Amino acid sequence: MLNTKTAHELLDLISSGEVSYEDVLVDVKSQIKKTESKIKAYAHPPNNVESVSQGSLLKGIPIAIKDNICTKEYLTTCSSHILEGFNPPYDATVIERLKEKGALIFGKTNMDEFAFGSSCETSFYGPSRNPWDLDRVPGGSSGGSAAAVASDEAIWALGSDTGGSIRQPASLCGVVGLKPTYGRVSRYGLIAFASSLDQIGPITKDVYDTALLLNIIAGHDNRDSTSINIETEDYLKCLEKDIKGLKIAIPKEYFIKGLDKEVGDSIRETRSTLEKLGASFKEVSLPHTKYAVAVYYILATAEASSNLARFDGVQYGFRERNIDKKETGPMISMYKQSRGKGFGLEAKRRIILGTYVLSSGYYDAYYLRALKVRTLIKKDFDEVFKEFDCIITPTSPTPAFKIGERLENPLSMYLSDIYTISANLSGIPAISIPCGFTKGRLPIGLQILSAPFKERDLLRTAYTFEQNTDWHKAKPKI
Amino acid sequence: MNISKETVKYISNLARIELTEEEIEKFSLQLNDILRYIEQLKEIDITNISPTAHILPISNVKRSDEPRSSLKIDEVLKNAPQKEGLFFKVPKVIE
Repeated sequence: MLNTKTAHELLDLISSGEVSYEDVLVDVKSQIKKTESKIKAYAHPPNNVESVSQGSLLKGIPIAIKDNICTKEYLTTCSSHILEGFNPPYDATVIERLKEKGALIFGKTNMDEFAFGSSCETSFYGPSRNPWDLDRVPGGSSGGSAAAVASDEAIWALGSDTGGSIRQPASLCGVVGLKPTYGRVSRYGLIAFASSLDQIGPITKDVYDTALLLNIIAGHDNRDSTSINIETEDYLKCLEKDIKGLKIAIPKEYFIKGLDKEVGDSIRETRSTLEKLGASFKEVSLPHTKYAVAVYYILATAEASSNLARFDGVQYGFRERNIDKKETGPMISMYKQSRGKGFGLEAKRRIILGTYVLSSGYYDAYYLRALKVRTLIKKDFDEVFKEFDCIITPTSPTPAFKIGERLENPLSMYLSDIYTISANLSGIPAISIPCGFTKGRLPIGLQILSAPFKERDLLRTAYTFEQNTDWHKAKPKI
Repeated sequence: MNISKETVKYISNLARIELTEEEIEKFSLQLNDILRYIEQLKEIDITNISPTAHILPISNVKRSDEPRSSLKIDEVLKNAPQKEGLFFKVPKVIE
């Protein structure tokens, strides 16, 4: 059962000669055979492997990749009909780096179409399911990555996070998920949703693996002009089992109506654990918190409507063949009908909303106003980080919800991300780690945020908590 | 604020997406809900607040203008729905 282990445990076993990477692949594949028909974590399941360069650090250990990160060996479709059959001619920078270190790219995970969603239900391939309760969503949009890791169908995975898409599914599936600081990880080869918010990050079984993976993917890339050219650090060295003297803030705006009671209780319990371990706490205010979702759904949809203009049936993906020419002429009709049929409902809804807020006469009222409120949200965090090392909050206001429950009401779905969106708007790093279970045995996630490029502070806090608790060791019965 | 079905049709043309009558109906209702929620931003005083389009203090990132290798043409064209020779093929544009 090597598939149940973390990457760093496997590295130790491979280094000591006890097992080989082939043994690991056999166990991962056998788990996929056993549970994938129930979980549906993969959009494009692992290929048969002929040879692996077992390069240096990672020794052939497999990794699952979200379906919006370009990979030469696998289709990359953003789980959308409009990218059906797209086989990228190049690897994303993060994939190049993983390969250089000897990782084996092993399957593409299911996601909400173009990362538009919080439940994995908008995938063209159908929903993934939560390994802890198959009637519930794994969260989204990186729900396939989180479900694959939680069900041991993957050792670890990459996701992407625009408004919580790594952290919320990690929370709902009981695994670890990190959104690095904006600019920390290259976005080259990540199919863009909202370019000022997107970041790639790890989804893993423990905090050590997250630090290990971040070490590999972090750093400047001259092919992404928003990746920042500053020193990265050895994140494994940040994993001290000690938080004495650490100052942690708890924002009162996150403990409000809509927060599930069991989730709230679990976060309060977590606080007292961290206090016993030596951290000091104080309640603070992030006064513009309640505006974050509104700001996000203006900015993210505006950016998406522009980014998704490239899917027009010309260079790649789906093209409508039976064009009804109508009044617009063959070319524009081809665009409109390919996009009308190629995009799913949520993608169309967001493109329409984004086009609307950018359209003539509404730009100032919506887009420009949202950019200004974004400044205020960022300032709230700047103020708190002058005095504190970290902030803790719940990752999601509720545990995993039922499949279908929020699909017909987009606004209720958008509010699933109420606690995660602010980190993207402000660019700060944030991690979700397991911190408890509901009485119904659904995982609860703790979110830890720190100042920009201070991943070390949140990793240290997360690691100390994890090493003093057992939540991350629990496994679902599938 | 009200997004009528005509507005949805107008916007969908700008976005180059053909919608069904059913989608137009549905989006008109749902977008009104979302915009009503977004309206709460109007209660904030934003006088003298500068906009944040990007959170990093970097802009106009340049590199030296040196030729580099690019993708091979067959690699670029391999995903095209229709191609001919060295070109992407599209429906007739000029009558």
